[in-house]
Amino acid sequence: MPELATLVFYVFSAILILASAAVISVRNPVHAALFLVLAFFSAAALWMLLKAEFLAIALVLVYVGAVMVLFLFVVMMLDINVEEMRKQFRSYLPVGLLVGAAVAIEMLLVLSLAFTKKSDSAGAQGIVVDGSNTKALGIELFTRYIYAVEIAGVLLLVAIVAAIALTLRPRRETKYQNPAEQVRVERDQRLRILKLAAEQPTAVRLDAPAAPPSESSNEGRT
Amino acid sequence: MLPAPTLTSYLTVAAIVFTISVIGIFINRRNVIILLMAIELMLLAVNLNFIAFSSHLGDLSGQVFVFFILTVAAAESAIGLAILVVLFRNVGSIDVNDIGRLRG
Repeated sequence: MPELATLVFYVFSAILILASAAVISVRNPVHAALFLVLAFFSAAALWMLLKAEFLAIALVLVYVGAVMVLFLFVVMMLDINVEEMRKQFRSYLPVGLLVGAAVAIEMLLVLSLAFTKKSDSAGAQGIVVDGSNTKALGIELFTRYIYAVEIAGVLLLVAIVAAIALTLRPRRETKYQNPAEQVRVERDQRLRILKLAAEQPTAVRLDAPAAPPSESSNEGRT
Repeated sequence: MLPAPTLTSYLTVAAIVFTISVIGIFINRRNVIILLMAIELMLLAVNLNFIAFSSHLGDLSGQVFVFFILTVAAAESAIGLAILVVLFRNVGSIDVNDIGRLRG
């Protein structure tokens, strides 16, 4: 009878691998996003097994709670022609498998050459800290890595501003006032002085001798 | 019967997930949303490596790195999806082949 942790590792690793295989191969992007959620959940379980509790919870909260909801939202908002996208699926498959095999062989070489001899049990030994993982990680983050944390905060701010600025569009049908334009208005934009010529008596021109020739020409045509 | 998980088994799982996402990038070359999801999977595999080594070596720096990778990945996916929405608004599809139409 294996230990419970061992069993948990194998079960969640299998779920992680199957879910990530499903992400890249299912037809519907909504299903792909949901399988990605499953992959994140099982990865969080693996991280939990490695005694990284804070990051496991952060993965579930940040990824499953925020990023994947964003993904689902965008997938459902865009009207995607799935069949058109998958038309050349089969023609891309050999190249993909070739590159995947190359990556797999490289990783196999690295893993078999480097980590077979001194591979101790990873999950059993863990990190020796007094108190919780969250506390230790927080102390580390806010002492040694405080500048990096601040830069990460600025990065998130930039991401917020960029995402809003990219997707914001002024609506044409709404009427709104721009105070800057209102303040900057000048006299010429509101007041126009027309120079009109003085009125001429028009009765004189009506009985000018231009009418009889036109009448005579009309009669001549008919 | 089942051997207890070691560092190598965690690294193997991460390598398998990474390879799957590389294959996914190649076979779903036209659908930008699936490409973004494959990139997220790659980052997940890398994070799993970091945490396995952090646990193996008893050093918290690996977990700090994972924290920053999560931050950057969240920002990346937010901006990527925003770009995707703008692209769809302008071109009317998210096919990679149609992005060439933006030229000029």
